[in-house]
Amino acid sequence: MKTTNKQEHSVTSYPDGKQEAITVQHVTKRYNDVLAITDVSFSVGKGELFGLIGPDGAGKTTLMRILMTLLLPTEGEAYLAGLDVRKEYKKIRHLVGYMPGRFSLYQDLSVEENLEFFATVFGTTIQENYDLIRDIYVQIEPFKKRLAGKLSGGMKQKLALSCALIHKPEILVLDEPTTGVDAVSRKEFWDMLKRLQKQGITILVSTPYMDEAGLCDRVALMQKGQIMTIDTPPRIVENYQRNLLAARSTDMHRLINDIRNWDKTDTAYAFGQFVHVTTSDDNLEAVELERYLLSQNHTQLQVFEISPGIEDVFMDLMTS
Amino acid sequence: MNQQIPVITVRNLVKKFGSFVANDHLNFEVYKGEIFGFLGANGAGKTTAMRILCGLLAPTSGELTVGGYDVYTQTELIKKNIGYMSQKFSLYEDLTISENIRFYTGIYGIRRNERLKREADMLKKLNLENERNKLIASLPLGWKQKLAFSVALFHNPQIVFLDEPTGGVDPITRRQFWDHIYEAAAEGKTIFVTTHYMDEAEYCDRVSIMVDGRIDALDTPENLKKQFNAANMEQVFLKLARGAKNTE
Repeated sequence: MKTTNKQEHSVTSYPDGKQEAITVQHVTKRYNDVLAITDVSFSVGKGELFGLIGPDGAGKTTLMRILMTLLLPTEGEAYLAGLDVRKEYKKIRHLVGYMPGRFSLYQDLSVEENLEFFATVFGTTIQENYDLIRDIYVQIEPFKKRLAGKLSGGMKQKLALSCALIHKPEILVLDEPTTGVDAVSRKEFWDMLKRLQKQGITILVSTPYMDEAGLCDRVALMQKGQIMTIDTPPRIVENYQRNLLAARSTDMHRLINDIRNWDKTDTAYAFGQFVHVTTSDDNLEAVELERYLLSQNHTQLQVFEISPGIEDVFMDLMTS
Repeated sequence: MNQQIPVITVRNLVKKFGSFVANDHLNFEVYKGEIFGFLGANGAGKTTAMRILCGLLAPTSGELTVGGYDVYTQTELIKKNIGYMSQKFSLYEDLTISENIRFYTGIYGIRRNERLKREADMLKKLNLENERNKLIASLPLGWKQKLAFSVALFHNPQIVFLDEPTGGVDPITRRQFWDHIYEAAAEGKTIFVTTHYMDEAEYCDRVSIMVDGRIDALDTPENLKKQFNAANMEQVFLKLARGAKNTE
């Protein structure tokens, strides 16, 4: 069976056919008796921006390390640009750029020295591919003599991205590039990714922030080593089957507790200034919840039906 | 919250590192039982201010008290009277629940009898009586979070500092954690919390937003949204932080 898969793959793989930049087939990774990822399959098209969305422990890093040929899968097959991660790791390493979650540059080399080092290792020069990194690198160039270890978090991130890009990779893999990063810098980072995508680079990115899912072409929602669903963000939201209500009042904490104590409530979770509510009967109308909450003396009450976001879907899949 | 008794007072806090001004004349108070959100871009000066409030770093100038203690002369008393928890560092994974509690109580100088009594109360309240000899590493994330928070409160501090307590946590556990925060605040604990999740900013009683070492906004989420004509706290944050010079 496995041989057939592989042959199938070498026929359909890019550069000659369906243009799959990343193919993952039934990959499982086991550490002794711990399953880090279980039977994961997905593919990323050439030029696509694909997101792995999930909390810590979802298996995002393990999966990326397998694709980067740094870990062997226990079972299953994975290909980058049609190349087998088990056998053709040397070729793969030339066509991918990888930004690990933990800062992994040389702290005791300067900004410029780090960049030069990565360029040299890949047999190129900074000048040759400067166009690709210009947007990002100009922001740290004033500090090019500074040791990488002395950079601020945001600057380290930009240097790491520059180093991952300096050999002009076809596929860029970024492990939680925006974790612990403020809302403004996160937006800027995603703008940067979009610009790289326009230059034809395939991007696989992981994030624990559900609101970033909407910025990807397609996403896999992951939890505990498994993929719960894969699709475009709009379709993931469309496929949500539940009836979803939103409520707010002046006393949020009491509002949540009152909703949870209502016998018709299934789940009640805070979403910013609102509480999102699913009910055991999906035909229940907003006015019923409103009537109940009015009887609990809530003031400035608003209750209405809403469309779900990715986070609503994720929470529903987690519990179903 | 009603009587607004200040438990943290900050007047003209300045902290300089050489010529760099990390905290530029900060002024604010935090009240008993309040959930106070401390927001800002990376590099805006939040960590510096938090380290000063925890008695880990001396200010350059300004008058500050935490729990009634002076940050220049009573740092050891401050440390005894505050709790601290972050997502990056909470409990030791390779120790059991009971061993973690022993370690923490040892640091805070709580005697054995007192420890055993409080430990029993706490585990009963959390419904974890049968798990006390389990390694932290073996517990589900939701339990770990609940435990880490309870351990941070074990020595009965008036004020708890939570530094990005929910980073990387799944959406359900993240919300359960806020339930614990509400409960603690309802019991009169003061919660000082940082986060990069803008929806969590909405759950705070008041929110301050730091930009370039200054506090550029401080009010209830409701008032901030009105003031900045914004639909939610994310928009408030973006409007303020976009103009920053020191962001990374």
